[in-house]
Amino acid sequence: MNPLAGCLLVSALLFAIGLAGAITRRSAILVLAGIELMLSAANLNFIAFWRFGPHPEALTGLIFVIFSIAVAAAEAAVGLALILAIYRHAKTSDVSEIREMRG
Amino acid sequence: MTLPFLILALLTLAGGVAAMTLRRLVHCALALAVSFAGLAGLYLNLGAEFAGLAQLLVYVGAIAILIVFVILLTRGGDADPDSSFSPASAGSVVIALAVFAVLAWAVNTSSLAHVATLQPAPPSDKTGTLQIGQALMQHYVLPLEVIGLMLTAAMIGAVILALRDKRIAAEPKDSELRAS
Repeated sequence: MNPLAGCLLVSALLFAIGLAGAITRRSAILVLAGIELMLSAANLNFIAFWRFGPHPEALTGLIFVIFSIAVAAAEAAVGLALILAIYRHAKTSDVSEIREMRG
Repeated sequence: MTLPFLILALLTLAGGVAAMTLRRLVHCALALAVSFAGLAGLYLNLGAEFAGLAQLLVYVGAIAILIVFVILLTRGGDADPDSSFSPASAGSVVIALAVFAVLAWAVNTSSLAHVATLQPAPPSDKTGTLQIGQALMQHYVLPLEVIGLMLTAAMIGAVILALRDKRIAAEPKDSELRAS
């Protein structure tokens, strides 16, 4: 197994951990944390392919990761503000307690 | 697969597992910070200095701390730790393991994973922070402006969402006045 495959396996495992957390935890904050872990796993893939790809001087993977980090920061800020607003409204941040929009 | 890579990968994965399995939310947030720090170390290990330091600043410095703030503001710290997993969590773990199995199978069967001579490009002065800055300011200047606009909009939106809505609090009074 070469270093690229090692990076990809670590990234796949991190994605699976984030996915498991996002769908098992009941706290909305930890669901968001799981989503952040999945985003970070994708970033690790970009860095690995940039590093081991044929043209690292093109910097595309690296630039994509920088933009992705900015998007993740915006997403976390808006998501946590949403959780705060829902908490103020429903007095809970437990995703299985918030069922006002259940069909 | 060098020793630093293995240590950093172990730190990242252990932090991730701890963040998703611990019962107290504050412990989860701190384990998440450890996981993000390990990931920043992995970026640095792969030779991406700027991305690693940006990861350290943004994720460990901002997002993890923001998560701690929200946990404390929503009283998640003293929530009942016994009810922190959904009832169907066993099935969800099976789904996550299946996703990992598919991804690992895809990695293992790709031809790229078995190139024995795959070596990282030698460190050159063409991938440094100076070149990233020049690329951001020349070739990627339009995406940079768009991301700046998006960040501004997101920050304003977050502030508006988290502001206490005074109209909703004042509405019962208006109806009381009208009733009387």
